[in-house]
Amino acid sequence: MSWKRTEYAGWGRALRATAEIARPERLRALHGTMGDALVPAMGMRRSYGDAALVDGGRVIDMTRLDRMIGFDPATGILEVEAGVRIGEIAAAFAPRGWLPAVMPGTGFATVGGCIAQDVHGKNHHHAGSFCQHVVSLRLATPTGENEVTPEGSPDLFRATAGGLGQTGVIVSARMKLARCPGDVMVVTERRIADWDEFLARLDGSRATYTVGWIDATATGAKLGRGILEEGETGSGLVPRRRRAARVPMDAPRIALSSPVVRAFNAAYFRRVPASGRTVVRPIDDFFFPLDRIHDWNRLYGKSGFHQFQCVVPVGAADALRAMLERIARSGLASPLAVLKRMGAGRAGYLSFPMEGYTLAVDMPNTEAARSLIRELIVQARDAGGRIYFAKDSLARAEDITGMYPELDDWRVVVGRQDPQGRLITDLVRRLQLRGTA
Amino acid sequence: MNSTWIILGATSSMARAFARAVAIEGAGILLAGRDMEELSRLASDCQLRGARIATALHFDARDPETFGPLIARACQEEGELNAAVFAGSMPSQTEIDSDPSLIDGVMADNHTGPARVLHMLAPRMESRGCGAIVGVGSVAGDRGRLNNYVYGAAKAAFATYLSGLRNRLARSGVHVVTVKPGFVDTAMTWGLPGMFLVASPEAVAQDILRAVRKRRNVIYTPFFWRWIMLIIRTIPEPIFKKLKI
Ligand SMILES: Cc1cc2nc3c(=O)[nH]c(=O)nc-3n(C[C@H](O)[C@H](O)[C@H](O)COP(=O)(O)OP(=O)(O)OC[C@H]3O[C@@H](n4cnc5c(N)ncnc54)[C@H](O)[C@@H]3O)c2cc1C
Ligand SMILES: NC(=O)c1ccc[n+]([C@@H]2O[C@H](COP(=O)([O-])OP(=O)(O)OC[C@H]3O[C@@H](n4cnc5c(N)ncnc54)[C@H](OP(=O)(O)O)[C@@H]3O)[C@@H](O)[C@H]2O)c1
Repeated sequence: MSWKRTEYAGWGRALRATAEIARPERLRALHGTMGDALVPAMGMRRSYGDAALVDGGRVIDMTRLDRMIGFDPATGILEVEAGVRIGEIAAAFAPRGWLPAVMPGTGFATVGGCIAQDVHGKNHHHAGSFCQHVVSLRLATPTGENEVTPEGSPDLFRATAGGLGQTGVIVSARMKLARCPGDVMVVTERRIADWDEFLARLDGSRATYTVGWIDATATGAKLGRGILEEGETGSGLVPRRRRAARVPMDAPRIALSSPVVRAFNAAYFRRVPASGRTVVRPIDDFFFPLDRIHDWNRLYGKSGFHQFQCVVPVGAADALRAMLERIARSGLASPLAVLKRMGAGRAGYLSFPMEGYTLAVDMPNTEAARSLIRELIVQARDAGGRIYFAKDSLARAEDITGMYPELDDWRVVVGRQDPQGRLITDLVRRLQLRGTA
Repeated sequence: MNSTWIILGATSSMARAFARAVAIEGAGILLAGRDMEELSRLASDCQLRGARIATALHFDARDPETFGPLIARACQEEGELNAAVFAGSMPSQTEIDSDPSLIDGVMADNHTGPARVLHMLAPRMESRGCGAIVGVGSVAGDRGRLNNYVYGAAKAAFATYLSGLRNRLARSGVHVVTVKPGFVDTAMTWGLPGMFLVASPEAVAQDILRAVRKRRNVIYTPFFWRWIMLIIRTIPEPIFKKLKI
């Protein structure tokens, strides 16, 4: 198997690495590649920061190991190779009445990446996190493949779910799909006037899928205004999605400058009538709205961007409001800002979710934004919350102390699986997740 | 009407993308190749993506014993029968220079093996009076170049064979598409120096399907390779022989 030396980046393109990459096209080739050493794996690199980066090292690109292996309609359990993209599963199965139980906001994320970040979806408050629906997975080590289940090897499972690939290469997984009536979404969109209304609506939502778009440039009385989207799967016929467009080159800075974003957000807000509306959409439009534009990360220009995402406990909602206020006053936010209610569901020691509210905001990679995000990280910690490793590219090891109370449990298992630290990625090193060694 | 594709070299990355594209349309798929374990994984995949049936079959371009059973199995399927050849191999020119016996294998994998199978299939398709044959050659077959002229020669032979086969089968309603890919992002090109404008296997598969539907005769994929190769073919031999491209 040949190794290709190349520079690559996380989705935010602010952090880069040069590594030797192998991309096995089939299972047999993966085993050949692993040889007698552990090598970290990566998926579609949809993590924003350096979760999938291994500067100066070697990494296995899993995206070609993307076969669906088996499905049992009696149990809804689907077995897939780890490189399968979530959107492919949704496209193949929704017409037959099944969907992945948890889907992140991009259909390009692989199953391996979803496991290693224990991702959440717009239904987290009901359905929990991705790995809570994983029945078993296969981990490759130099000595062979092992089946890992939540019951059979609970420690290893909990260290792998959300474990940032530090327990070994996830080769395949069996996951329980959820029933759905068909491949369309019935979506109700409502304008939300301000922060308090937003929280009340999120708390009160009974919908299966709930997500809030928030105008992170609105200040004063309009602080926290936005649009609440509530969705239910349904059946019927809607026009197929148009072919995806592509951003052909890096955009100039002006594209996402503060006046442009403000104007865009105001228009986006008013797009939904004051009385709200209910619309029917193809499922991918609802779940993966940004996937319609390939390479949209280039809109931020060559220097890239950051996403700040944190979750804080329900009781710390005021702290979150204060954070939003700072973001709004800074004028640094892009139109992509999301507010969601989270439940308590999580499957791993390092899983991100906790019962509370989660806010995610994109900002261009400027000095001002970097220092704002660093301060927000500390604010999130002080509020008893935590930041999401799938999105972070700026935190320092000392910023995250206490955010993940089960870090030590994770370290024990990871130390056993990979005593020599061969699976360490740039993120793990930056945050000293495996200790200072 | 039922449609079935027999795919030779089904473990190729391009073939995988093609098989999935026809699976989604509900075709039956016979996946032929050497790695049976991998082929059966791919068969499950095609089945789950919507194939009417998907079956793994043993095929080795260097072992003619494997050809007969393929034809027999393909003929069990009723309705429209189609074939696509993705099998091929490209040892480096330096390996061939140090061991010229490799030339036989290159000819077998890229040309004689697949051509024999197609030749056995042709009368069956003629009698059914429908269906398509896709043969994957390469831009490398358009002109012999310093870096891969043995591979190029095999692809050129296959292209010439396909041209004649098209001429023959057109008379009975069977269409033959010659596909000449440029650089495609597969194991064959991964990590090779000098790659540019590399296309994804999925894009190539879509181009091929479109060509089958529109009954195109010879396609380059991506399309701009037609123009690149036009230029390369036009360079006069006295100049060309001094170039390293
Ligand atoms: C537009 C957009 C929307 C998003 N929305 C959400 C959302 O709503 N909810 C949410 O939770 N996340 C969301 N994300 C984040 C995304 O879901 C995660 O970053 C996910 O991990 C990406 O998967 P990937 O295949 O790209 O993995 P990568 O980013 O390539 O890798 C992520 C991590 O997984 C490890 N890994 C990947 N594959 C394997 C494997 N086979 N074996 C072992 N380790 C492996 C890598 O080492 C790395 O640590 C979003 C991202 C984008 C770009
Ligand atoms: N990649 C490019 O840039 C490019 C450009 C132009 C043309 N092409 C052509 O496109 C086709 C597909 O190539 P690819 O890029 O997808 O490469 P690939 O993945 O290496 O595919 C080659 C295929 O040929 C099969 N094969 C080789 N020798 C065989 C034999 N003796 N018997 C049966 N099958 C045999 C391989 O089977 P195993 O799995 O058993 O090895 C594999 O399925 C090839 O014909 C190639 O020449 C490729």
